[in-house]
Amino acid sequence: MNLRRDVFQAIADPTRRAILLLVASQSMTAGAIAANFDTARPTVSKHLQILTECELLKQEQNGREISYHTNAKKMKEVADFIEPFRKMWDDRFNKLETIMKKYKTKK
Amino acid sequence: MEQKTKIHAEEGKQELLITREFDLPLELLFKAYAEAAIVEQWMGTKVLKLENKKHGSYQFETTDPKGNKHGFNGVIHEFVPNRKITRTFEMEHTPFDVQLEFLEFEKLTDDTSKLNMQVVYKSVALRDKMLQLPFAQGINMAHNRLEDIIKKLK
Repeated sequence: MNLRRDVFQAIADPTRRAILLLVASQSMTAGAIAANFDTARPTVSKHLQILTECELLKQEQNGREISYHTNAKKMKEVADFIEPFRKMWDDRFNKLETIMKKYKTKK
Repeated sequence: MEQKTKIHAEEGKQELLITREFDLPLELLFKAYAEAAIVEQWMGTKVLKLENKKHGSYQFETTDPKGNKHGFNGVIHEFVPNRKITRTFEMEHTPFDVQLEFLEFEKLTDDTSKLNMQVVYKSVALRDKMLQLPFAQGINMAHNRLEDIIKKLK
């Protein structure tokens, strides 16, 4: 396993995000994925390699073909990443709102 | 349901925007920022000092579950009641540089109000570290779509 790739670095690229969205609904071969992009095939392969290295994609051997599908567990980690920060502020503001509503009725 | 608190962080920018609409009249929202006793309640911090005036300063102290104390402080540059607070914010004894905060308070209706908080960091890298979100680009769209897909996967 190669850990030199950072998952967030991987997802910062728009093509790679597009690949993830594409593969999320069904597993696809590299060729089928590449067919959805104007980019050269080797470029798409490179993107697939990066996504696989950081475990966002999983490879599956089907006879001679290799197909790719998303790794749900890893994807979830990524999607949740900004959430703690937002949640922190949301909780704070909810508290503020509750306190001030009480303050209002006290008056 | 639409999220009440929104974070907007554009790629390559050293700032982020936090917006929130409140079911509170503007005056009450502002009061929550101006009165030390109220700040203590919703921020979950001790307010050691809060001088609400131009060139005033503030000092907060929180105690984590392990009992360690963490200090925060800043200088107030502008304090316009019910409208605006401009201040710096610094976490003491951390490698994070001071940040600049522009807080704008806005009346929506007699009973609702909005807070726009713009936070400027020393560098893009620092902002991303604070957010832990280096993939901020296209956050609203890509993130929501990813989230939808992930929900289906579960």
